[in-house]
Amino acid sequence: MSSTTASKQGLIQKLVPFLGLFLIVTIITILNPDFLSVSNLLNVLRQVSINAIIAFGMTFVILTGGIDLSVGSILALTGAVTAGMMAGGTDPILAMLLGLILGALLGAVNGVLIAKGNVAPFIATLATMTIYRGLTLVYTEGRPISGLGDSLTFQMLGKGYFLGIPVPVVTMLISFGILYFILKKTTFGRRVYAVGGNEEASKLSGIKTGRIKIYVYSLTGFLSALAALILTSRLNSAQPTAGQMFELDAIAAVVLGGTSLTGGRGWIVGTLIGALIIGVLNNGLNLIGVSSFFQQVVKGLVILFAVLIDRKKLI
Amino acid sequence: MLHMKGITKAFNGNTVLRDVEFDLEPGEIHALMGENGAGKSTMMKVLTGIHPKDEGAITWKGQEVAFKSPQEAEEAGIAVIHQELNILPYLSIAENLFLGKEETLGKTGILKTKKMETEAKQRLAELGLNIDPSAEAATLSVGQQQIVEIARALSSNAEVIIMDEPTAALTDREIEQLFKTVRALKDKGVAFIYISHRMEEIFAICDRITVLRDGQWVGVKRIAETNFDEIVQMMVGRALGDRFPERAATLGDTILEVSGLTRDPYFRDVSFEVKQGEIVALAGLMGAGRTEIVQSLFGYKKATAGKVKINGKSVKIRTPHDAIGHGLAYVTEDRKSEGLILDFSVEQNISLSNFPTLSSNGLMSAKKERALFDRMKERLGIRTSSPELPVKSLSGGNQQKVVLSKWLGTNPSILILDEPTRGVDVGAKKEIYSIMNELAEKGVAIVMISSELPEVLGMADRVLVMHEGKLTAQLDNKDLTQETIMNYATGGGTRV
Repeated sequence: MSSTTASKQGLIQKLVPFLGLFLIVTIITILNPDFLSVSNLLNVLRQVSINAIIAFGMTFVILTGGIDLSVGSILALTGAVTAGMMAGGTDPILAMLLGLILGALLGAVNGVLIAKGNVAPFIATLATMTIYRGLTLVYTEGRPISGLGDSLTFQMLGKGYFLGIPVPVVTMLISFGILYFILKKTTFGRRVYAVGGNEEASKLSGIKTGRIKIYVYSLTGFLSALAALILTSRLNSAQPTAGQMFELDAIAAVVLGGTSLTGGRGWIVGTLIGALIIGVLNNGLNLIGVSSFFQQVVKGLVILFAVLIDRKKLI
Repeated sequence: MLHMKGITKAFNGNTVLRDVEFDLEPGEIHALMGENGAGKSTMMKVLTGIHPKDEGAITWKGQEVAFKSPQEAEEAGIAVIHQELNILPYLSIAENLFLGKEETLGKTGILKTKKMETEAKQRLAELGLNIDPSAEAATLSVGQQQIVEIARALSSNAEVIIMDEPTAALTDREIEQLFKTVRALKDKGVAFIYISHRMEEIFAICDRITVLRDGQWVGVKRIAETNFDEIVQMMVGRALGDRFPERAATLGDTILEVSGLTRDPYFRDVSFEVKQGEIVALAGLMGAGRTEIVQSLFGYKKATAGKVKINGKSVKIRTPHDAIGHGLAYVTEDRKSEGLILDFSVEQNISLSNFPTLSSNGLMSAKKERALFDRMKERLGIRTSSPELPVKSLSGGNQQKVVLSKWLGTNPSILILDEPTRGVDVGAKKEIYSIMNELAEKGVAIVMISSELPEVLGMADRVLVMHEGKLTAQLDNKDLTQETIMNYATGGGTRV
């Protein structure tokens, strides 16, 4: 194969998510022009932000050839603990920082199990998903935690606006910018791709592959905690059942964005687009009056369709 | 019986075969040679229907044919045994042999296991392999697996068997066995198309040889009427001169001392030294523990006992990262699974072990990366149209140069090379030898594992011979012969 066709093929592959998004937006707009109103678009972006932030972390994990099923449980546990501290009178900013650190630590546990314990990522995070959810239920006694005070910083996080843009969207875009830079320009980013591309060759080239994995799962834990803060702020309470099935939406966003589940290939821009596709579908199907039962069918079909197109390109 | 004429094939306007011809007689072993990228594989893919031809004609038993798939070719009697064997390790030998052609009770799908096993045993015995066919295929050596593949081809009544680098992973003894099988089949009228880079084998077993170069037919020769130099010249289009470039060895201080190194059950109590500027070869049969020794040396697999000193100082090497820090570099035996990241570009692969010098504060420097690529491309003569080309699109020889580049970037003082010229064409081989010599002249200590004895004799200053996990001889490469090395490699005495 000559180089030009190879890169052309890569380019087409990268364009697929954009075309998909464009297509879906077009169809929905034709069916209901209200979709394109500024207020609705901002609404979509805000709805997308939580899933997108988690999916950014998931992108790193999947690039190393792993998977993280525990993101939803980490979100619930960190949200509950942060809310618990705030309700108990801890300084809100301190509580939020501790929540983020807790998220990173919970992720690090995943990473250590996988890197040092040699447990398959699917199994390790399946176990911690259950454990973290259980801990959340124990901690909250199964009840929502509310009465979180009126700290402006905390309230802004989920409900505020910055220059007319919802703060969660700003948070998402800043996270995106930082993570994009990390993947593209740092040795860490390159090593993430390397570990997923060929772990043995990476190890033999002197890359501490175990450490990279621990970092990657910690990052995902941290981002899940960040999503937890946004969600807790929006709802003004922490729900013990929060974040259930979030791992699936995050994985779907990554896959829709064209990142390979076998690792080593993909990009975070695609994940952002993937998250937007899911968000647009959720919002748009509501707008055009598709029943919530049928919405699931449509979402599933879109994911399937996207993956099938991707496969065709690969052959 | 088989005749290919005027075969032309282009991919995206890029002509890879131009007016190529080939013919094969019953009971003939016909070698197909040429450098990597010369078009051998493409030609075989055209023959077996993987790629349609653009022009030309293929005649099989007097009839013009155009197979649409390898299955169709196989049904017609042309079978391929690939370099990467298609053996399913957890199925039994008999199950592998009958895969896709199982004997069943009528159409019920219920397997006649006993019958297949009896038949498998008999068929394999005919090929010189006496073995319990109910055992897992994974228990077979690579050589034995190959015999199973041949049996599978024969069971579909193959009259032509195409073998692509069949001996690349075989020990000398297994090669002998394979050749015996091939010769016996030849006497029964089975014809072989034999693709190999190993000149010795071509002369040992083939009747005729067709040479391709840059997608074009160069010529066909009877083996009896040609010689090594002529064929190399046909392949590369010029005389190569000496196969192994000359080198004036000037040895410095001892840089690497290994004593009592052990990793059960792979190797025991291995001790040796290497000096600066010295090329030491580790010889021995496959499975003698050579690769395992260097893996432990490099911190990739943990040794259970033993000491390593570098420059007179005891060192603890627990990971490849440590090893690199002590000036070691390790070009692995298997480029694809251990050396390269196939999805990465040429440049990114070269950068892989050089992050410390290519970055500051964790930020990659695109400029330094490109500079390293340029330097290595120039120094090793890597043939690639762009640094951003995926490394998997390069030929074997160029891929090997990329792996070498990756390590030369770290300025190693001890370079370990495991089968440095495997799957590399003649021209690139010589370039790799020259690079080795150049490095040794600069004082780099080189430990080379090689299963090709001519290469060992042509390159090494000293030869360490392994037999079943033990070092059986340390020989100065003076008046040394292949026979002497083989003697120690097969357990005929020790001289340490």
